[in-house]
Amino acid sequence: MSLWRYANPAEFMRLTGPMLPVLWALTAVCLVVGLGWGFFLTPDDYQQGATVKVLFVHVPAALMAINAWLMMLVASLVWFVRRHHVSALAARAAAPVGATMTVIALVTGAIWGEPMWGTWWAWDPRLTSFFILFLFYLGYIALWSAVEDPDTAADLTAVLCLVGSVFALLSRYAVFFWSQGLHQGPSLSMDAASHVDTAFYRPLLVAIAGFVLLFVSLVLTRTRTEIRLRRLRALQALEARA
Amino acid sequence: MSAILAAIVPDLDRYAGTVLGAYAVTLALIAVLVGASWSRSVRVRRALERLEAARREKR
Repeated sequence: MSLWRYANPAEFMRLTGPMLPVLWALTAVCLVVGLGWGFFLTPDDYQQGATVKVLFVHVPAALMAINAWLMMLVASLVWFVRRHHVSALAARAAAPVGATMTVIALVTGAIWGEPMWGTWWAWDPRLTSFFILFLFYLGYIALWSAVEDPDTAADLTAVLCLVGSVFALLSRYAVFFWSQGLHQGPSLSMDAASHVDTAFYRPLLVAIAGFVLLFVSLVLTRTRTEIRLRRLRALQALEARA
Repeated sequence: MSAILAAIVPDLDRYAGTVLGAYAVTLALIAVLVGASWSRSVRVRRALERLEAARREKR
């Protein structure tokens, strides 16, 4: 059995239909447990006080902002190479989700930064690359809406996605490239000595799982809507011709 | 009641605005995104079902 059979819209709809209720239920459980654990049951940090609780919304949102773009990159490459419409529609469906995650990361970062850094915003490498990533999201969404022919729109947005990937990767690795700036190093690491304390690490992992599941559930729901919308437009065009 | 709330809700001290603000923005944006995605999904599905039913009747 080939994975590519799910590039067929009918197969995709058949597979994802029964999956979605389970995915939404898991999303709700992980978000409630992760954010509840982080907010109610974690201690204050010895340096940051109670503001450390912002970690449980800021880090998962920032992670998903970058990973959403990377998912769009993979889907765009699949569109380029194999011309599967479902992959182009999945990339389109993911963009508003990624843009929202970027806004959450930027806003919660600013809210957190004000008491910790003494400023809402600084042109720090990571913050700046994240802001540029947000502009790429807006451009990507606008380009899909601006081009009438869906295949041309998919081609042009795929090129934009390739270019924007530089900033997605830069947002992820800016803290390694440049040592200057206000933003601290990564909160997550495979090395137990360099990541946040275990008291924060475990609820953070659950919150991240919640955000990942939220992203998957939203993208599948929105991709199904895009597939239906395309069929609706095709049928409307047939009716108009008849 | 207030004693129970005091035991559950953490003491955020002078950072209450920061922490509650960050959670409120996050939850509000997620709610808007989920709500908009669901309502659009339902709207499109109903429109497609109506059109398909009309085409079946025609035949």
